[in-house]
Amino acid sequence: MIQLSVNGQATSLEPGANVARLLETLELSGKRIAVEKNGEIIPRSRYLSTRLAEGDALEIVVAVGGG
Amino acid sequence: MNAPTRIAEQSSDPLLIAGQAYRSRLLIGTGKYKDFDETRRAVEASGAEIVTVAIRRTNIGQNANEPSLLDALPPSRFTYLPNTAGCYSADDAVRTLRLARELLDGHDLVKLEVLGDPNTLYPNVIETLKAAETLVRDGFKVMVYTSDDPIVAKQLEELGCVAIMPLASLIGSGMGILNPWNLQLIIEAAKVPVIVDAGVGTASDAAVAMELGCDAVLMNTAVAKAQNPILMAQAMKKAVEAGREAFLAGRMPKKLYSASPSSPAAGLITPKAA
Repeated sequence: MIQLSVNGQATSLEPGANVARLLETLELSGKRIAVEKNGEIIPRSRYLSTRLAEGDALEIVVAVGGG
Repeated sequence: MNAPTRIAEQSSDPLLIAGQAYRSRLLIGTGKYKDFDETRRAVEASGAEIVTVAIRRTNIGQNANEPSLLDALPPSRFTYLPNTAGCYSADDAVRTLRLARELLDGHDLVKLEVLGDPNTLYPNVIETLKAAETLVRDGFKVMVYTSDDPIVAKQLEELGCVAIMPLASLIGSGMGILNPWNLQLIIEAAKVPVIVDAGVGTASDAAVAMELGCDAVLMNTAVAKAQNPILMAQAMKKAVEAGREAFLAGRMPKKLYSASPSSPAAGLITPKAA
């Protein structure tokens, strides 16, 4: 298993997993979100082609109420 | 008598932001409501077409099916204005809005705010200027929250911001318009819309802002934290419309007293003493 940080929380995933797989395990597939990996935005079109590696830091954001 | 003209005037008086026309001159924040249903009802009562949203980390591993703001206020019906609330540096603000653009399918109209102090939420204009420059270069249409400093406002406009949004008083304070003179200086100098953002407490504040010549008003707490948010949203809609019409109509000059009464001086049943 590889260790990732997702929104500051330690998460583990099978080696070779891509962003789409991570979103699936988090039950976020198809949700209106945006993903950043190590400071770089991963566009939706690259969820399948972007593989995750040990130590990757991901941020997954949503729109919430705010002024 | 001239009602048809008035209606025509109103319908041909759109708010133009970055080339896009909006009927409503009231922009509403979506924070601090009891729930999404109250948010939706307040926004509908306000008649707002532009709603601000914040960008935050999603909850990991809990409640994946919790309701979403985007279900309550479908982006097909409202223009989302993602903000950078909570950002204290230009870098954080730019990063947040790049994520927002990805989240909202390339939508590039954004509200930039860079704060300088967690107690007052007063804007840090130095970081705001830096972030605005980067964002404009990056293709964003930047509506920018700032202080009521007319020089900073002008500089933000010169950097290419599409709307200047000075505070009336501190965020969430409800203190109303503390410096109408500075707002007036900003309005007079600006060629892009000036939108009062922050500080409005009640309907008369919104009307005063519009009477000063502001192009629109953005508010959140005044509606969300009213005893009856839906009714206040409706009041704000009327106040913004009334203030705009009063501004367009042009007020009478102020004078200490008037030697010209509204009723005829002639024909009094008791002849006036000379």
